[in-house]
Amino acid sequence: MSKQIQVSSLDAYYGSHKAIEDVSMTIEPRSVTAFIGPSGCGKSTFLRTLNRMHEVIPGARVEGKVLLDGEDLYATTIEPVSVRRMIGMVFQRPNPFPTMSIYENVAAGLRLNRGRIPKSEMDGIVEDSLKGANLWNEVKDRLNKPGAGLSGGQQQRLCIARAIAVRPEVLLMDEPCSALDPISTLAIEDLMAKLKDQYTIVIVTHNMQQAARVSDRTAFFNLAEQGKPGKVVEMDETSRMFTNPTEKATEDYITGRFG
Amino acid sequence: MTTIQHISTSRRIKDRVVQGLVYLAFALAVVPLVSVLWLVISNGLARFDMEFLTHSMNGIGARDANGGAYHAIIGTLEQVLLASLISVPIGLLTAIYLVEYGNGGRLSRSISFFVDVMTGVPSVVAGLFVFAFWILFLGFQFSGWAGALALAILMMPTVVRSAEEMLRLVPTDLREASYALGVPKWRTIVKVVLPTAFTGIVTGVMLAVARVAGETAPLLMTVFFTNSINNDPFNGPQMGLPLFVFDQAARPNDTAVDRAWTGALTLILIVMLLNLVARLIAWWRSPARGR
Ligand SMILES: Nc1ncnc2c1ncn2[C@@H]1O[C@H](COP(=O)(O)OP(=O)(O)OP(=O)(O)O)[C@@H](O)[C@H]1O
Ligand SMILES: [Mg+2]
Repeated sequence: MSKQIQVSSLDAYYGSHKAIEDVSMTIEPRSVTAFIGPSGCGKSTFLRTLNRMHEVIPGARVEGKVLLDGEDLYATTIEPVSVRRMIGMVFQRPNPFPTMSIYENVAAGLRLNRGRIPKSEMDGIVEDSLKGANLWNEVKDRLNKPGAGLSGGQQQRLCIARAIAVRPEVLLMDEPCSALDPISTLAIEDLMAKLKDQYTIVIVTHNMQQAARVSDRTAFFNLAEQGKPGKVVEMDETSRMFTNPTEKATEDYITGRFG
Repeated sequence: MTTIQHISTSRRIKDRVVQGLVYLAFALAVVPLVSVLWLVISNGLARFDMEFLTHSMNGIGARDANGGAYHAIIGTLEQVLLASLISVPIGLLTAIYLVEYGNGGRLSRSISFFVDVMTGVPSVVAGLFVFAFWILFLGFQFSGWAGALALAILMMPTVVRSAEEMLRLVPTDLREASYALGVPKWRTIVKVVLPTAFTGIVTGVMLAVARVAGETAPLLMTVFFTNSINNDPFNGPQMGLPLFVFDQAARPNDTAVDRAWTGALTLILIVMLLNLVARLIAWWRSPARGR
């Protein structure tokens, strides 16, 4: 489990609008990589190119290479659906399936992909995933209640449980805590620390402290100027980035002297 | 400096006046509805008995007071069911194409255009079309099936439009959540999008059913007319409740007019019953019930 991602000179477009340009980086397995940068610089766009979710948007396309343990995800012979099974994603806004119960939400990935799974096996997977997402104790007595009836923070952890239930190699999280209270945020940060033993984790965050707390490596995205595509300014060990960045722009952004 | 203001008297008065106008508009809208219901119920109850529901008009003389609409009830149920079986799958698949696959391309825009055109087709024209094509040109006989074809033409645009609207209401977030789990697009549509829109689609289909259940004109030219029971919608003329009402109301005797009122009452009850069933299905499937 857990694979390395290598990106080389990747461009992403929305129609004719180039959102990111010439991004290259290596994302190490069994670690947390954080993306930081001002709004609109293409962090979400880049994250979505890693599991081929970008092309779901009409008119959106990608140029360049993304290698997962050496295999090009954008090779013409690759089935995008299988890429997404291997690289799970948690969105900024919690989005549990409204027609499904808590149990069914967690089971959704497996049920929808593999069809029938014996009840006992499924019970085990659901319990493990909910425990993995630090949600089990809160919901174990109401697994058959609708997932949409949980609080925002619980819903987000439900979405994480849903994503890890299919046992992906990589977990992408787009601002998973932006709508959460400090306690839920802490629960999710603890969770990331725990999950990185098994998964490659990539997280987008606007919270510098969070990036400093949870990540091993950090990438700083920025726009050269308004209307230009976003780029990676600098990527390094998180401790180096936050104490001794190479680029002036990084230092300005991290210390809040931006723009 | 701004200060906290109190609601002025003039705003209070305006609020009252507008509120009154809204209630008045509501009452005006309800008056015709209630009076129609009242007329149909009070006039229709006289003959609303077992014989009416279980017997046909076969061998009933011009001045006889008995006789019933069993043949028409069976006909309407079969015709509407067949029409739904034709138009709901086609309409739903069209809506799915428009919302999920069309992407505003040329094909989807022309489909949209023709659906709009179909919405405006008068019901007589749908009947005439089936009459000319199915019965005159292809040479089939009058049958419940021919009527169902005409009704299906009338139902289709309503089904497409309402299903389309409901599918568009399903948030993109949910589709993306499903894709991100590695679920293929078609399974996402079947397992996530359709269940989410289910309640709304059922309501839309019921509206379409209610619309065609009372159609008389297209039936005149397609199922023709009969006084006896014909359970087979594919062979020979059938009857329908709207036709029954039309026919009985045109006869000079009070007994026939009574039967017409009861026929109308039966039709309203059938549509209401179908609505109730649809609501039950929707309620039974709704997540809020918390199984
Ligand atoms: N669906 C879309 N269609 C067209 N352009 C888009 C779309 N989504 C994003 N963009 C554009 O792409 C650029 C990058 O957007 P992106 O969402 O990746 O930024 P971000 O770094 O995630 O910002 P934030 O921190 O606010 O989430 C922006 O200029 C944005 O306007
Ligand atoms: Mg974003």
